[in-house]
Amino acid sequence: MQEIAPIETEDQKKMDPAIEGGLERLTQEKIVRVINQVLHEETGARFQAYVQTCMRCGLCSDACAYFLSNDRDPRFSPAAKVKLTIWEMLKKKGHVSKNFLRRAVRIAHLECNVCRRCSMYCPFGIDIAYLMLLVRRICHKLEITPQYIQDTVNSHSATLNQMWVKEDEWIDTLQWQEEDARDEFENLRIPLDKKGADIMYSVIAPEPKFQAGLIYQAAVIMHAAGINWTMSSRPGWDNSNMAMFTGDNEISGRITKTFYEAAANLNVKRIVMGECGHAFRSIYDVGNRWLSWSMPPFEVVHAIEFYHELLTSGRIKIKKKIKEKVTLHDPCNVSRGRGLHDLARTVVDMTCADFVEMTPNREHNYCCGSGGGVINCGPPYKNERMVNNRVKAEQLKATGADILIAPCHNCHSGFEDIVHYYELGMDVKFLGDIIFETMDKKVYVPGK
Amino acid sequence: MNAFVDFIMGPMVWISFLIFIGGLGFKAIYFIRELKHQESYIFSYVTLFHSLRSIGAWLLPFFPVSTRKHPFFYGVSYLFHLLLFAVPIFLSAHVVLVQEAFNISWPVFDDHTADALTVFVVAALVFFCCRRIMVPDVKFLTSSTDFLLIAVVLLPFLTGFLAYNQFFAYRWVMIVHILCGEFMLIMIPFSRFSHMMFAPFTRAYTGSEFGNVRHARDW
Repeated sequence: MQEIAPIETEDQKKMDPAIEGGLERLTQEKIVRVINQVLHEETGARFQAYVQTCMRCGLCSDACAYFLSNDRDPRFSPAAKVKLTIWEMLKKKGHVSKNFLRRAVRIAHLECNVCRRCSMYCPFGIDIAYLMLLVRRICHKLEITPQYIQDTVNSHSATLNQMWVKEDEWIDTLQWQEEDARDEFENLRIPLDKKGADIMYSVIAPEPKFQAGLIYQAAVIMHAAGINWTMSSRPGWDNSNMAMFTGDNEISGRITKTFYEAAANLNVKRIVMGECGHAFRSIYDVGNRWLSWSMPPFEVVHAIEFYHELLTSGRIKIKKKIKEKVTLHDPCNVSRGRGLHDLARTVVDMTCADFVEMTPNREHNYCCGSGGGVINCGPPYKNERMVNNRVKAEQLKATGADILIAPCHNCHSGFEDIVHYYELGMDVKFLGDIIFETMDKKVYVPGK
Repeated sequence: MNAFVDFIMGPMVWISFLIFIGGLGFKAIYFIRELKHQESYIFSYVTLFHSLRSIGAWLLPFFPVSTRKHPFFYGVSYLFHLLLFAVPIFLSAHVVLVQEAFNISWPVFDDHTADALTVFVVAALVFFCCRRIMVPDVKFLTSSTDFLLIAVVLLPFLTGFLAYNQFFAYRWVMIVHILCGEFMLIMIPFSRFSHMMFAPFTRAYTGSEFGNVRHARDW
């Protein structure tokens, strides 16, 4: 009755030396020990309830962009991913083969964005993303995590940022952006380590590494809005957390702890996060739990909420709205993860003249297909990432928009690929790009 | 033979209900105790408001987006779950037995209505069975246990229908009917039928995470 997942071809085996090397090193004894340890000692009644409650109704299938993009291939149904991993591990009491694990790594790391859309489609609200993260935890403990994402975790571990950015490089980049931005605003500063500032602004490491212009834009917005802000020069400036997605909870916890400590050392009132979804999830929803904070010890504000505040309070005024047709993507981690979708629409309405919704939207939006660490598994998997997100391309194409606003780094990078692969001819932009383009670049003076 | 019938209509009914209710009760208490022991953080997120909001949203027919994706299956499933309880509880033959034993009674379905509703329940189960065979993603998830579970629910309703209409061997069909009904009740705490107890908990937790922490809707 059941189809068997295809055995990987030799070519696919060569794609990821970290997975293959890890599998080679594994002993059967270790496989059994790790699986049972994670499934029985790191979980509890919640896990048991999820396993015992699923009635195999298949209602979750329609939630999954992978399932829809692959012509309803049953293997991509969220419950099927649980069947092909967790159920089998439980049934065999951990006695699974290396071939099985090779497939399990791919399912958990490359065929699921842990976007949590399926828990909105399951009548029982079973959190399948949690189950997939458990599989990733097992893969981490078995040391078979895909190479590229493991490298980002190694970087986190050694430098506490995701991109091997050295401390002097980080500070140099900020100074370079400050210098450039002073062409527009004579007195503009990117204040480093300013104790007692109202806001600590934080970004993900790819910004200084590849997209320093975003820091420039943020500095201009902060300056124009007259914000008393600062950035940390010390480790903790990077708010990203790839370890959260590889199941390396220990490193993940260290990253979040360092981040909160950076904010505490600067004695800021609140933290504003750049336009990144997963980083927000780690600081607002995940890392805090590992550190035994039910909610974060600081007020954590995502860029969408912050921009909304700046625009509606009049601190930033819009000079000229964008005329081209724009559409807005609701990133999982700030929409389903924080309910910021309506604030984002207000910002778009205030900055763009011609806005068209994509369908479905808000909490029901399809995932970008890159989040949850999928894009971080790197170039070897890019082609399948494109195939696995056809439904997103169709959704975007149907809007007929010229500009796609994606207020999340993962989504943004993924869309660059999707737009190119499916020849959608859209410009992918951050909300910050839009505000930077449309704002009146005058320094805010209260009462004027 | 009479002694056997007396047993399955007397003590065995008590035993079945005790296992059914006691088993689920035990499971619920054990579940909460384990949560408190190992995952007590869950209680810092669960709120009554968001739990009820989520459960309520999912009880409204066709309100959640998911249910509108499969209106026929969902519609049949919704009615099936209602009737699964309503038909046996409001069946005149059952209420008469309760009245004889405890001298209490309540309004009942007209016999013809009950008969038609029973046919609906049986048809729904046959539909679920066909769906498991014919819809590829559901088929992929299905194992022999799922058919067994369908059979366990099907038999009491089917034999009840046959017994009421007295098509053949009434006495034997009735005995099988009673045994199947009791078997179904006993199976509930020991199988995935226990979703009747777990589902409100899992829904409440997801509803609270979505509503209380993430300020989003989960339907």
